[in-house]
Amino acid sequence: MTKKLLIISAIIYSALVLFIPAVNVFYQAFKGGIGEFFGYLRTDDFISAAGLTLLIALIVVPINAVFGLCAAWVLARNRFPGRAFVMSILDIPFSVSPVVAGLMMVLLYGQNGWFGGILSAINFKVIFAFPGMVLATAFVTMPFVAREVIPVLEEIGSSQEEAASTLGASQWRTFWRVTLPNIRWGLLYGLILTNARAMGEFGAISVVSGNIIRKTQTLPLFVEQAYKQYETETAFAAAVLLACLGFVTLVLKEILERKTTVNSQQ
Amino acid sequence: MTVAQSKIQNLKSNIPQFSLPWGITIGYLTIMLLLPITALLLQASQVGLTDFLRIATSPVALSAYNVTFLTALFAAAVNGGFGLLIAWVLVRYDFPLKRLVDAAIDLPFALPTAVAGLTLANIYAENGWIGSLLAPLGIKIAFTRFGVFVAMLFISLPFIVRALQPVLQEMEHDIEEAAWSLGASQFQTFWLVILPPLFPALLTGIALGFSRAVGEYGSIVIVSSNIAFKDLIASVLIFQRLEQYDYAGATVIGTVLLVISLLMLLAINLLQAWGKRYQ
Repeated sequence: MTKKLLIISAIIYSALVLFIPAVNVFYQAFKGGIGEFFGYLRTDDFISAAGLTLLIALIVVPINAVFGLCAAWVLARNRFPGRAFVMSILDIPFSVSPVVAGLMMVLLYGQNGWFGGILSAINFKVIFAFPGMVLATAFVTMPFVAREVIPVLEEIGSSQEEAASTLGASQWRTFWRVTLPNIRWGLLYGLILTNARAMGEFGAISVVSGNIIRKTQTLPLFVEQAYKQYETETAFAAAVLLACLGFVTLVLKEILERKTTVNSQQ
Repeated sequence: MTVAQSKIQNLKSNIPQFSLPWGITIGYLTIMLLLPITALLLQASQVGLTDFLRIATSPVALSAYNVTFLTALFAAAVNGGFGLLIAWVLVRYDFPLKRLVDAAIDLPFALPTAVAGLTLANIYAENGWIGSLLAPLGIKIAFTRFGVFVAMLFISLPFIVRALQPVLQEMEHDIEEAAWSLGASQFQTFWLVILPPLFPALLTGIALGFSRAVGEYGSIVIVSSNIAFKDLIASVLIFQRLEQYDYAGATVIGTVLLVISLLMLLAINLLQAWGKRYQ
């Protein structure tokens, strides 16, 4: 009796907070039919917003992958004073409001910012332009790869890498042939999370972009703008694409988690 | 390979190891993380102490802290209860669609915040699926402080469930059965036997959820009406200050939020260290 009651209340609560909102995105987008749905997505504004979102992710994900791998190696394979400090400052981009992240970028690269003078002298616009959006996105997605790779590196230990280098493998060879295959699922998971956040980032981008249609408007900004202008159907049509990104991320996460638990059981 | 050769090999492998990844890590962290934070703190210090305090404690700012922190605290506390319930049900019971519920708990991690705000505003509006049920009772959710609360519930839930699940999984069934066979009531068993070992993980989860709710922007800016003294949160206030080119105002409130985030990070680290001692 208690058991049933507990299960039902858990399901009702998660429905109110999670399921109904998620289902509603699809219902609202498709209630006018598939044809109408695609009609909303055929506008130039939407296409340019989607393109910009992809482009930012294409730049940010590889950069943060390289940094994340390096940082993970430094933090997992070395013991040095200040290591715990570095580990906790690495989490700052997750805990600070994205608006504060955007504000920091404005204070550095904006017209009156630290580098504002130099940047305007060479006529290079960062804030209210593409470079600022890349910087802000890179900031908020910085920790994902390192966070996922560090525990894997710690678990596998360094004996295989040491064996490879005693057998004469170069640093690169050891990395490509020994380390990378061992950490591949953790790395992939980190990349997927980085990508999901990069494509979905709203707050930080909203501060630095200026939201200029067809120039600095990404998909999440497009959703907000359409909603504010009472074009609710357009907003939901674009939101469906972002929601699908979220669902794909969740499915991949489930698969990868199963892979990593199987690996650690072997 | 002779000893001398392997020594040279070791030297060779140690020196480049120390250079490239270290250089990238230190360089990237400095330029992308430390430099922006320093810029914010230095800019704040240039405002001057009296002005800083005046802006940081202005009525609008105080009301925004109130909406942000109190609502986040309520949301994290409510999710402490429901998160415990969901984690318990997922670990202990079998029911249809259990896998789906378990996977969906991470939805707030994966769903972009603008989409979350859009759909929450739509459902909880007066003509929405749930909002229309509550409107006759005189309860408005979207575009009020309740809307902020619901958005914060949404984004903080996974932190509490995911913090509790592993601890619940490791807990032995035996102790509950022992308590029960010794004549403890269900309530006594829960309160005196099950809850104490869960407490560090529960507090960590609540602290993580609170910290995430305080930093949330995207979903709240859409689901709230962003009116000062009503449902304006601190992040949106910073955004409005920037739009008015009031950089000093934005910097001061941004610094307050940054410092509180850093304190929360410290508190969470201490909580996690405390939790590990009990495992």
